[in-house]
Amino acid sequence: MTATATILPNRAKRNLTIAKAMAEALAQEMRRDPSVLVMGEDIAALGGVFGNTRGLLEEFGPARIRDTPISETGFIGAAVGMAAVGMRPVVELMFVDFFGVCMDAIYNMAAKNCYFSGGQSAVPMVLMTSVGGGYGDAGQHSQCLYGTFAHLPGMKVVVPSNAYDAKGLMVSAIRDNNPVIFMFHKALQGMGWLGTVQGSINDVPEDAYTVPFGQAAIARAGRDITIVGLGATVHLALDAAEELIANGIEAEVVDLRSLVPLDRATVNASVKRTGRLLVVDEDYQSYGVSGEIIASVVEAGTVLTSPPRRIAFPDIPIPFSPTLERPALPSAEKIVAAVTDMVRGGR
Amino acid sequence: MTPTRPQFLWMYETMVKSRAFEERIATAYFEGKSPVFNMANGPIPGEMHLSNGQEPCAVGVCAHLDAADFVTATHRPHHIAIAKGVDLDAMAAEIFGKKTGLSGGRGGHMHLFDARVNFACSGIIAQGMGPAVGAATAFKLRGEKRVAVAFIGEGAANQGAFHESLNLAAVWQAPVVFVIEDNGWGISVSKAQSTAVPHNDSRAAAYGMLGHRVTGNDPAAIFAVAGDAIARARAGGGPSLIEIETSRLAGHFIGDAEGYRPAGEKDALFARDPIPALRGRLLAEGMMSEAEDLAIVKRAESAVEQAIAKARAAPFPAAAEAFDHVFA
Repeated sequence: MTATATILPNRAKRNLTIAKAMAEALAQEMRRDPSVLVMGEDIAALGGVFGNTRGLLEEFGPARIRDTPISETGFIGAAVGMAAVGMRPVVELMFVDFFGVCMDAIYNMAAKNCYFSGGQSAVPMVLMTSVGGGYGDAGQHSQCLYGTFAHLPGMKVVVPSNAYDAKGLMVSAIRDNNPVIFMFHKALQGMGWLGTVQGSINDVPEDAYTVPFGQAAIARAGRDITIVGLGATVHLALDAAEELIANGIEAEVVDLRSLVPLDRATVNASVKRTGRLLVVDEDYQSYGVSGEIIASVVEAGTVLTSPPRRIAFPDIPIPFSPTLERPALPSAEKIVAAVTDMVRGGR
Repeated sequence: MTPTRPQFLWMYETMVKSRAFEERIATAYFEGKSPVFNMANGPIPGEMHLSNGQEPCAVGVCAHLDAADFVTATHRPHHIAIAKGVDLDAMAAEIFGKKTGLSGGRGGHMHLFDARVNFACSGIIAQGMGPAVGAATAFKLRGEKRVAVAFIGEGAANQGAFHESLNLAAVWQAPVVFVIEDNGWGISVSKAQSTAVPHNDSRAAAYGMLGHRVTGNDPAAIFAVAGDAIARARAGGGPSLIEIETSRLAGHFIGDAEGYRPAGEKDALFARDPIPALRGRLLAEGMMSEAEDLAIVKRAESAVEQAIAKARAAPFPAAAEAFDHVFA
């Protein structure tokens, strides 16, 4: 995917999971910059419930790898204060669903202090948080909430779909002088107990590198339709694109990678080429990412040969039972059906 | 710990300056708001929370701090900002929504930031406590002798952030002091109606830290207790909690009819106004002469007049400036 441009010649491939790529980025930035530290629940001895801080306690010790009490308001607020006096804290909100107990610290404080200080006081912090469902954890541990965070001004929001991007986006996030919400999807994380979408594991250079924010990636080129995804839905779109070949349809897959800033230009240029747009988002359908992408294309005046469509999570809390949850999630089958209808049906 | 004469005089002058500042702000606030009171009108729109009566809390604590120490304050921030050394001209301009304000008019009176002296405040109850713990933890990690102080009101002691921050500060033994300005009222709800314990200093014990209550709204008594707590924090002795009995001489905001106050309460509070009380003490104990008093008042009023005049004369920000500083 996006890794090809920076793969060094004569280097053996090094396939990593997103969890390992994140941990590597954190370790490298912590070695480079003594102001970087990591805080969160179970991020030290356990190495993070989702593995992304594994090995850090051993190397950096408990002063910089800090297990916190279950006090999201307290420790995310503390991160804002640390950032105000020159640290670069990386905090983990174990599940994005827990935002309900700490959103004030995030969007009323981290996101607004730079503005309210007229630029005097930056808030260089990263909030990394797990998103996504599909494994029967029900509606308080399965949401994506991309749109919720991207909607609120003052925070950058990134969503990696693969290990290469996860490392580069994490390095960029730590070096950024703004609050960055780093949303990693559990199905891509590489934790054995959750299953892992194999496409998320890819070649990751050992040396530190950055993936800039606001640059979507063309994950697969195609001429007939643009499928826009982010995080896990990129892989659903890629699977669907592979199947669609048999139907004689060449789908282009755009991986947004970053929601704030949003690379509208790449999406618009792709849709201009293909004339068709399908957005695939695991977040709730209404008032969210899918609507924003479609609006951006429509506002740009891009001529479409069929009405734009979206496949997103319906506007219901995420249910527990597999027979309730799975049909509600986006899937490659749904994408194949929608694309076939849009291209063949001319709608 | 007793204040020295210079410390006493600094506390007095700072209290006088804060009071004078708020008197000018209140006058300006009413411009354009009569005969019909509409909060959106006049040179200072929006809510305005005055701190008159609470000045002893600010000076008694900030007398022990310098610019490098980190302070978070509340939606009622003027006295603390002035005591912490926030630039008075830029603060006044901010309150008038001017381009020359601390944030160029983006924040207003509830969102005063002066990074030069490590001061911030916010409009959300108890919000500044977490950042104070974080800043203090950073100081400790880096081996610096700086401390953080979070000012809150007594109403904030019933917020989740209060309890989380106290626990976190104690677990991490952060050099932070939490200062509760207990004026007895959370807008219209009394402390007795909202709080399960008579006084919040007792809550410190639940988090394994020292708690103190200071009565009498007396700057010297506050100075003594705060001095010990801040010195302890600076020396690595960890966090503490101080609750100060103080007076909200005004309403929650300007325009508050205060129908909820018991009859006679305001008169009693004004009879114990801390500024005349301190003036009387300084004169009686020979720490200040009448002439020195006049000079102090004149100096404070002149600084305030100048700040307000500059703020009024300053240009407003252009509409396009609203788009600046969303990101660093």
